[in-house]
Amino acid sequence: MEITVRGLWTMIHGMGFGALYLMACSGALVELYRRYTSPLGPEIKIEDERFMRIYLTAMAVLAWLTVLTGAYVIYPWYRAVPPPGTANLAAFPQRLLMSNPSTSGWHSIGMEWKEHVAWLVPISITMATAVFSQYRRSLRVHPELRAAVLGFVWVSLLAAGIAGFFGAMLNKNAPVMGGSTITVVQGGQK
Amino acid sequence: MSAQTTANTPRAMLNPNGAGAAAVLAAGIGSLAVAVFAIVADKAAPIKSLMNFYKPTGPLSGVTTCAIVVWLVAWALLHWRWSRRNVEVGRITVAAFILLFLGLLLTFPPIADLM
Repeated sequence: MEITVRGLWTMIHGMGFGALYLMACSGALVELYRRYTSPLGPEIKIEDERFMRIYLTAMAVLAWLTVLTGAYVIYPWYRAVPPPGTANLAAFPQRLLMSNPSTSGWHSIGMEWKEHVAWLVPISITMATAVFSQYRRSLRVHPELRAAVLGFVWVSLLAAGIAGFFGAMLNKNAPVMGGSTITVVQGGQK
Repeated sequence: MSAQTTANTPRAMLNPNGAGAAAVLAAGIGSLAVAVFAIVADKAAPIKSLMNFYKPTGPLSGVTTCAIVVWLVAWALLHWRWSRRNVEVGRITVAAFILLFLGLLLTFPPIADLM
């Protein structure tokens, strides 16, 4: 069982940071709704606030790690230009997708949207983390700020979902492969 | 339950909304900036070339770096102006959502191509 270095980075970016962010989003939304929507809601302890602050900070770190590894580690491999006359485009995913009309849309719409919309995620969640850290339980008496935090977290979930969906489909149609090979587990002889 | 751990302390209630409003509006501005820089770089070849901050990543590096700078500068300026007072946060939140949704829409290539 082997994986290439590029394949491993793609997995860390998508299934590690990105997927973890998507899962964390639902937890953040539930917790923000449950505890902060009503001034008469359940009592909020200092420990609950601290947990939520750490949780949102971890989400912001995940969001930044996702876009930074995407843009500066994987994207250069994705958009690499093949030398003239290259017949096998397997190591050049963007060119491979664009070489066929039935797959070119994955680049021209999928990647073009994904590479930009993904940046709305760290901006939104960093803002939500900063506002929560500043106001904490007093978000209950600032309904507009609470709505803004919830709205931006919802949109970050949507944007991360778009980026994640296209990331998965791009990797299915033209995986980022190459680099040295890492043997994960030695397979048995049959 | 100790007084330290009970909800809605008077100090928390008196926190002015300006700092939060500044962060919210700046996030809206930053979101739209991502789309605007992407469209400008796509339409104008000289700008596209200028946005090539890191060659392996191409213009995306400049587009996103510029948008992040706009976001952080907007946040710092708005925070400086509003952090110690209450502002009309309802209208500011609506404006921020409009900017955010415009950012979301304008990053969608078929819509960006109409610009």
